[in-house]
Amino acid sequence: MLSLRNIWVEYGDKVVLERVSLDIAEKSFVSIIGPSGAGKSSLLRVILGQEKPSRGRITLDDAPLPTECGPDRGVVFQRYSVFPHLTVLGNTLLGLEFAASPIAARLFGSARRAAIAEAEAMLEQVGLADSRHLYPAQMSGGMQQRLAIAQALIKRPRNLLLDEPFGALDPGIRGDMHTLITRLWRENGLTVIMVTHDIKEAFGLGTRVLTLDKRRHDPHAPQRYGAGVVYDLELTRKQAGAVPLAAAAEEVGITIDTLGNN
Amino acid sequence: MTANPGRRGALLLGAAPLLVLALGYVIAAAARHADNPADKILPLPGAMAAAMAGLLFEPDQLSGQYLFWADTLASLWRLGAGLGIATLCALLVGLLLGALPPVRATLGPLVTAIAVIPPIALLPILFIVFGLGETAKVALIVIGVAPFMIRDVAGHIGALPREQVVKALTLGANSWGVILRVALPQSLPRLFEALRLSLGPAWVFLISAEAIAADVGLGYRIFLVRRYLAMDVIIPYVAWIALLAVVMDLALFHGSRRLFGWAHAGGR
Repeated sequence: MLSLRNIWVEYGDKVVLERVSLDIAEKSFVSIIGPSGAGKSSLLRVILGQEKPSRGRITLDDAPLPTECGPDRGVVFQRYSVFPHLTVLGNTLLGLEFAASPIAARLFGSARRAAIAEAEAMLEQVGLADSRHLYPAQMSGGMQQRLAIAQALIKRPRNLLLDEPFGALDPGIRGDMHTLITRLWRENGLTVIMVTHDIKEAFGLGTRVLTLDKRRHDPHAPQRYGAGVVYDLELTRKQAGAVPLAAAAEEVGITIDTLGNN
Repeated sequence: MTANPGRRGALLLGAAPLLVLALGYVIAAAARHADNPADKILPLPGAMAAAMAGLLFEPDQLSGQYLFWADTLASLWRLGAGLGIATLCALLVGLLLGALPPVRATLGPLVTAIAVIPPIALLPILFIVFGLGETAKVALIVIGVAPFMIRDVAGHIGALPREQVVKALTLGANSWGVILRVALPQSLPRLFEALRLSLGPAWVFLISAEAIAADVGLGYRIFLVRRYLAMDVIIPYVAWIALLAVVMDLALFHGSRRLFGWAHAGGR
């Protein structure tokens, strides 16, 4: 259980997030939507440890979460998630090499062969087994995102954070990626937190949809109030695979939690 | 804009202006020699070949050296040492400057301050401090090109997407790991590019230093024979310097493509 207690993010006198309190259950798939500038990515950066909240506390299973990026949280960004100077295999190996060898950050001999086998199994899972010697510049956007996911999952993180991971992809490719991420989420028992602009994607993939927005607005000082969680929708009966929004609205029970967050 | 002449066509098109230039020179030289057979300003190719043969194949009476080759070796040694030291500085300092904000805050202004001083203005200081030997000449090249290369590499590393660093940290890297596996490999193609761009200035500093105080070297020879209006030596020497510079440039260009194919995959 990942718990956020009264999180605030402020830059000077600009309040980005205010009074965000959340409990994210193990193995859930949380989609975060909201208008631009509502602090979606800030919230993700706080959970990632890239940014320190100005107030509040984050705990993972009641232990405070270290406020720096670490291997317990995997991440996939919209762009620049993979390293252009490494091949597909090199990109996937990197996480294993950092862990096993803090000085050289490289593996040799039998340790390297074992790591390569593990990396190849991971590439098999995301469908990149045949592209292992390509460089990212030689691949399409969809393949690069597959690689970014494989690269993150090889560390076996409990939490996978996705920052608009499919925002730059064609609609057809995006559908394939939805199937892939749903399968990986189920098979690996991950807790996924995904920021997206695409409402259909948010409802199609998530078991829970959070909407961030400003509850109060001062027209003379728009920076004065930050965003919080205005809707917290638990999709209680989750269908397999991507469900279109219309179907989701009909079939899936939605509970609006008006107590905890307002 | 999109008409592509192809490989052989490009070679022919590129050679044409050079041939026109050479032909123009020969016509002008022949015209001058028609008026005055003893003309020294535009020597004919035959006179150049004769003058160069002496430097190329006959040992100097005074020193017993083959002057052309001794000059070339001395100049290339100075250039290589200067550029080598500058490249190492750029890699080390540039990498740390670009990757570690505290280092950038400490050393950045110093590098900028050195970079804005015209290096030739420092030449007297270098001669006073290091004497007239090789050290001062190599130091001039280092001071002349290293700040630019450092800033170029540091800027490139500093501009690497923040996402890459965060991603590396989530993969279990420490700061050292990020520098070693993320920043260093991505700085190398940029370093090659910076070195290529530094070749021109490096030659300028070399020739200047040799012109002022040296006893051997391509720049020294050019400025020495200038006193005798010996264009039949100066012109072949300048052409030789141009050839050396082109060969170095091409070697770096193709070396970078061969070693860092990933960095050039988007090009062409």
